[in-house]
Amino acid sequence: MNLALKDIRHGLFRFVLTCFGLGLLMTVVLAMIGIYNGLVADALAVVKAPAADVWVVEAGTKGPFAEASSIPVDTRDTVARMPGVAEAGAINYQTVEASFQDRTLRLYVIGYEPGRPGGPQTIAEGRGIGTSHFELVADRKTGLVPGDTIRLGRHRFTVAGLVDGAMNSGGDPAVYMTLADAMALQIELAPADQRVQVARGAGAVKSASVAAVIVRVMPGADVDLLTATLRQWKHLAALSQAEQENILLASVVDRARRQIGLFLGILLTVSAVVIALIIYTMTMEKLKQIATLKLIGAPDRSVVGLIVQQALILGASGWGIGLVLILLVKDVFPRRVVLEPFNVAVLAGIIFVVCIAASGLGVRAAMKVDPATALGG
Amino acid sequence: MAIGDILVDVQAVAKHYGDGETRVDALRQVDLQVRAGEVIALLGPSGSGKTTLLNIIGCILDPSSGRVMLDGEPVFDGKWLRSDLRRLRLDKIGFIFQAHNLLPFLTAAENVSLVLDLAGWPADKGKERARELLDYLEVGHRAGVKPALLSGGEAQRVAIARALANRPRIILADEPTAALDSKRAQLVMDLLRKLATEQEASILTVTHDEKIFDRFDRLIHLRDGRLVDE
Ligand SMILES: Nc1ncnc2c1ncn2[C@@H]1O[C@H](COP(=O)(O)OP(=O)(O)OP(=O)(O)O)[C@@H](O)[C@H]1O
Ligand SMILES: [Mg+2]
Repeated sequence: MNLALKDIRHGLFRFVLTCFGLGLLMTVVLAMIGIYNGLVADALAVVKAPAADVWVVEAGTKGPFAEASSIPVDTRDTVARMPGVAEAGAINYQTVEASFQDRTLRLYVIGYEPGRPGGPQTIAEGRGIGTSHFELVADRKTGLVPGDTIRLGRHRFTVAGLVDGAMNSGGDPAVYMTLADAMALQIELAPADQRVQVARGAGAVKSASVAAVIVRVMPGADVDLLTATLRQWKHLAALSQAEQENILLASVVDRARRQIGLFLGILLTVSAVVIALIIYTMTMEKLKQIATLKLIGAPDRSVVGLIVQQALILGASGWGIGLVLILLVKDVFPRRVVLEPFNVAVLAGIIFVVCIAASGLGVRAAMKVDPATALGG
Repeated sequence: MAIGDILVDVQAVAKHYGDGETRVDALRQVDLQVRAGEVIALLGPSGSGKTTLLNIIGCILDPSSGRVMLDGEPVFDGKWLRSDLRRLRLDKIGFIFQAHNLLPFLTAAENVSLVLDLAGWPADKGKERARELLDYLEVGHRAGVKPALLSGGEAQRVAIARALANRPRIILADEPTAALDSKRAQLVMDLLRKLATEQEASILTVTHDEKIFDRFDRLIHLRDGRLVDE
């Protein structure tokens, strides 16, 4: 006879309600974990998108994401000729605001050279940018669809195609355009005094600079040797893809990550306390029944089983409900919620430990109760 | 073991609650032997120590001094001599108490078969015996009902069935018939009587119910914690 299940069935409504409450709490915990993962994944999306091996940036900077980087556009030719380099492409990044229909869009503009590395990997809808001017490929989150036109700077751009999951570390959706268009846009949107300089002809140098050159190496090429060689140029620095990803995580997302991480820690602590409290209260309410069990001769095993099984059923249901709810609502969140099976498993582990620890408290109280208390009243 | 053997042997047992100013001597040097097959009534005014004596025999209350032997086995001599008192209770002692203490989340039948489950009976045998006992006590029709929906008398009869389920040889009852009408009170006494003979059991019952005095082999009187002759 399973006492734990019988008792649960006896007070089913209340138990289900408790599980549901715990489930909601678990939903929040899972959402937090998902947001945290999403933040990291989104931040890395922009670095991972060009599928680069090496990033060539301005000397003394950790560009182009953590710090501003500006290198001459002809760097690309120089780099492309180096031994071991398969392809190289110049790229630049800027964030612009534009109005589309009645909305203001914040866009992360990526300028790349069509036919060279740096462009979108897969087009989800429509087509890529042709050679023509004033076309762009937008991330689906912008709300733009192929055929839409949007004014950026002095020109109207036509949306040729859509991509998924392209954004900067702040979550602004990306649009891709040709490097030439992007550089023109950069100048158009530059502060007035700079524009004056450009008008006088002094801006020629500025207009010829890009943020980075993306390099893909030949199979079997020595990346370390290549970066070492690139660093010999006084005005250049070179970062491997892994270094670039680490820089982004360390500098750009680190604070946001710590913030969410801390919040997650607090949430987990609160959940642990809530679970412990529920289980302890559940046991305390049953002390008289536990005394009766002892009186009629039930061994400790039966009493411990009753408490621990209920605790585990509660924890497992809360976890399950939380998981189902988060899977249902995760796409409603404005930022990406990424849940790895590993995270979900770790949460299950934490809940398991908390449940066992909390039942430990209940079991202690249950062991101390005198069977004679079953006789009073 | 047979009819006539001493099943309960209480020697010079004393029990006091508290100390100093608040000391209450609930039992003073009580000697009592109960034989297999005997049905005994424990009488006495309120506060005379009846419940205290019953709880000591049931191994749920420590005596302050003295010796207790159950079924020929010494169980208390200044201290408990067995560590598994609960197994001892499960195998040898059946309690029927004033407050019936049925588990609220189990049906009447489950409350009874739980004891058999704990004692290691196969589930179907346990269910069968529970049904038999409930039928005999005329609560068979309430077998599937939870205690909250039982009347006081029905609950009391289920509690009695639970106490008798594992065929204990020592049955301790604290006013078992208090919540029953006289017909059912007689029925319960008949059952206890039958049990005493068939299972060679000792039955010790606290009661104030004069209507059933004639059903007992012996009446034992307690006054101020001492056994007295009437
Ligand atoms: N836990 C306790 N702490 C202190 N004193 C107690 C305790 N239990 C019982 N007593 C006292 O011990 C004495 C005997 O109590 P007991 O319960 O054995 O009496 P009783 O004969 O069963 O009475 P009743 O007929 O009212 O049930 C009483 O004076 C009572 O107040
Ligand atoms: Mg009493």
